Amino acid sequence: MAKLNINGRVRDVQVEADTPLLWVIREQIGLTGTKYGCGVAQCGACSVHINDQVVRTCVLPVGSVKATDRIVTIEGLSATGSHPVQKAWAALDVPQCGYCQSGQIMAASALLKRKPKPTDHDIDDAMTNICRCGTYQRIREAVHMAAGRKQA
Amino acid sequence: MKDIKLSRRRFIVGTAAAGGGLAVGIRMPLGLRAAEAQGTAAAAEVNAWVVVKPDDTCVIRIARSEMGQGTRTGLAQLVAEELECDWKKVATESITPGQNLARERVWGEMATGGSRGIRTSHDYVRRGGAAARMMLLQAAADEWKVPVAEVSVADGVITHAGTGRRTTYGKVAAAAAKLTPPDLKSIKLRDPKEWKIAGKPMKRLDTADKLDGSKVFAIDVKLPGMLHAAIKACPVFGGKLVSYDEAKISGRPGVRRVVKVNDSTIAVVADTWWRARSALEALPIVWDEGPGASQSSATIGKHLEEGLAAKDVYAFRNEGDAIAAIQGAAKKVEAVYGTPFLAHATMEPMNCTVKLSAERAECWVATQNSEASLAALSEQSGVPLAKCEVYRHDLGGGFGRRGGNQDYVRQAVNIAKHFPDVPVKMIWSREEDMGHDFYRPISQCKLAAGLDDKGALVGLHVRISGQSINAFVNPALVTNGQDARQLQGYTDKPGDAQLGYTVPSLLIEYVMRNTHVPVGPWRGVNTNQNAVYMECFIEEVARAAGADSLEFRRALMSKHPKHLAVLNAAAAKGDWGKPLPAGVHRGIAQFMGYGSYSAAIAEVSVSGEGKVKVHRMVLALDCGHAVNPDQIAAQVEGSVAYGLSAALYGECTVQNGRMTELNFDRYQLLRLAEMPKVETVIVPSHDFWGGVGEPTISVVTPAVLNAIFAATGKPVRTLPLKNVTLV
Repeated sequence: MAKLNINGRVRDVQVEADTPLLWVIREQIGLTGTKYGCGVAQCGACSVHINDQVVRTCVLPVGSVKATDRIVTIEGLSATGSHPVQKAWAALDVPQCGYCQSGQIMAASALLKRKPKPTDHDIDDAMTNICRCGTYQRIREAVHMAAGRKQA
Repeated sequence: MKDIKLSRRRFIVGTAAAGGGLAVGIRMPLGLRAAEAQGTAAAAEVNAWVVVKPDDTCVIRIARSEMGQGTRTGLAQLVAEELECDWKKVATESITPGQNLARERVWGEMATGGSRGIRTSHDYVRRGGAAARMMLLQAAADEWKVPVAEVSVADGVITHAGTGRRTTYGKVAAAAAKLTPPDLKSIKLRDPKEWKIAGKPMKRLDTADKLDGSKVFAIDVKLPGMLHAAIKACPVFGGKLVSYDEAKISGRPGVRRVVKVNDSTIAVVADTWWRARSALEALPIVWDEGPGASQSSATIGKHLEEGLAAKDVYAFRNEGDAIAAIQGAAKKVEAVYGTPFLAHATMEPMNCTVKLSAERAECWVATQNSEASLAALSEQSGVPLAKCEVYRHDLGGGFGRRGGNQDYVRQAVNIAKHFPDVPVKMIWSREEDMGHDFYRPISQCKLAAGLDDKGALVGLHVRISGQSINAFVNPALVTNGQDARQLQGYTDKPGDAQLGYTVPSLLIEYVMRNTHVPVGPWRGVNTNQNAVYMECFIEEVARAAGADSLEFRRALMSKHPKHLAVLNAAAAKGDWGKPLPAGVHRGIAQFMGYGSYSAAIAEVSVSGEGKVKVHRMVLALDCGHAVNPDQIAAQVEGSVAYGLSAALYGECTVQNGRMTELNFDRYQLLRLAEMPKVETVIVPSHDFWGGVGEPTISVVTPAVLNAIFAATGKPVRTLPLKNVTLV
């Protein structure tokens, strides 16, 4: 049994305490925008925000998440897909297959919260999620765009 | 415009064979049928490709699989171009293989591989769009009782010139749907030079739901009462399941049962995937690893090495006497290259959901070949094809892994057989995905060249020893080891993958050396390895001749003007011959595959510690008609990432018969910080249709390796670079 605050809603879930938060989000809560990619915190497809920090949830036991922790998934990033990162991603047609992009967007939005005007070096350090389609060039440009360097 | 003839004709659209043993007719009546696909209620199906809703939305049917490459948008552009609808009101709909079968394959081939999505369907999808336009105009003309020649259309608004009357596609679609379609063959398609929608950098139609988590990939499917399966195959290829101790996991929460999937595979089924996966990890399993367990990368390497000197050789090209020419040459160059097995590593691991009942088999899956998925579903379940359906989801990566070999569908069917009327979703762990791929085949290549006293190439001998994809996938295709597919990119014939050089004496040979490791097509397939062998060795030969890398190639390419034009375009945009910052070096490469011509310039530095940094890459591509230049650029950018992942890190090594790289900690992939600046040059060409998704990968690695050669003075002959000491 765990109490989770996800996208502003408090939910009770019946689940073993060692279950990774990723699978609780996907299977118990039913929000599938957060993806399974590797299970070893390498690829970042499972990234969400916990108290505004980006966290890879595939290795985070749900038992270690407090009821007061504010979890935000891709579904809760904005009500209408209008977060500056989402708008920049759309403007530059960043996604190819799209599977990793929830995680990319969560990583980028957490970066911008922390550093509203990131340098290329900041982007290099923060955006370590794997994209097998290779959308990295557009991700970099879109992060800059979302930071207001260019009009979206 | 001529009035539409009232005769119904049938036409034939080629003889593409469906994969997986599915044999269906190819006659395609473009009949008039009620809209039957989901989501088109109250909409009128003008023909198989075009459904128009009362609000003027044009729903364009898409038969090929979308896996990120943009085919959904590109195909819609081609239909919309001829339809002359309002691009802002275009929507798309994926037809299913069951629908295609039920309608005598009216949508043609659905398989999506070999960069063929657009280049083998552009003609009939455009004719479909044009036929729909003609019918819509005819319906308006009929309503107004005027000759159709007097009505015109722009952006889906139909106008009668004489009276100024206007209507829209949405208003006349129901009447248009009742008309007999025109003769498709006699339709004159628009000259691509006059395209208004195709040929333009339109935004993708499928981006929005990738930004807010709402896109449903196959792995996200939710069905009432669904169970979940985690799966494990014998880690050694060819090994068998001996026994397991189900009692050890009984009583674990949510676990339903253990299922023997096939001779080598076991699954645990539970109420959630995580519970299934945890129980599977705790399940004691005994394997008979079989003879494959004695194999390793070292034994496989020796096997290939033996082939380099073997007698059972397939001479693919033998022009002049290359051996004598090289022996008699003023200068000789020799080298042996090698490339490893590689995994596809799609971001979405293999998965499949199946529901079986007495009369029906259904499957939800990400597939590059949904007709092969349908065939596998039917064969494995025993349910007749007509009572099977595959709901295809856009893929979270394909790269060749999700093509004809529908192993995951067959497994999911075998699991679902134990749970009649209950949908079961099987998901592979990343470790399973990496450990049971159909890997890019391993090969070695021995090359020799002769130069005359003026530094001209007089003879070239290329011998590849390696595994054959065809021998694994379809052995009937290979007789006596003669597998031309393994020599992709070296053919003398124009068309798909022609070698861009003319050499006075040329000998190209293949020695088939198969292993126990399953192999298959991997984005770019054999062009990738073969481009490394050819283009890195040509670089060695150019340097031995004391020639400039670009000029040496140009001298061999006078009979290959398209190859040459692309090489020149890359060289111009890539500033070949111009100064570089200190420590930065350039490399160049060109190659052909999938009907398209590619060339690359790489700017690379090698640090004092031997660390490689790729700063900039310029890629030129001639794919003929360029349906969406921005998406072509996206594919080129992606191909650089795919190619660099392989060049820098990619290898699947075998120990005790199994793969050792089972996750991204050991199978590293390129990340954003390592992505060079990529510039794409689309070389204008309007006389053919080439592929886009695959061809440019092949030139990425050789351009980088040749830049490293320029930096260090030493050729790199084995991959990946992480294993090579550069300084």
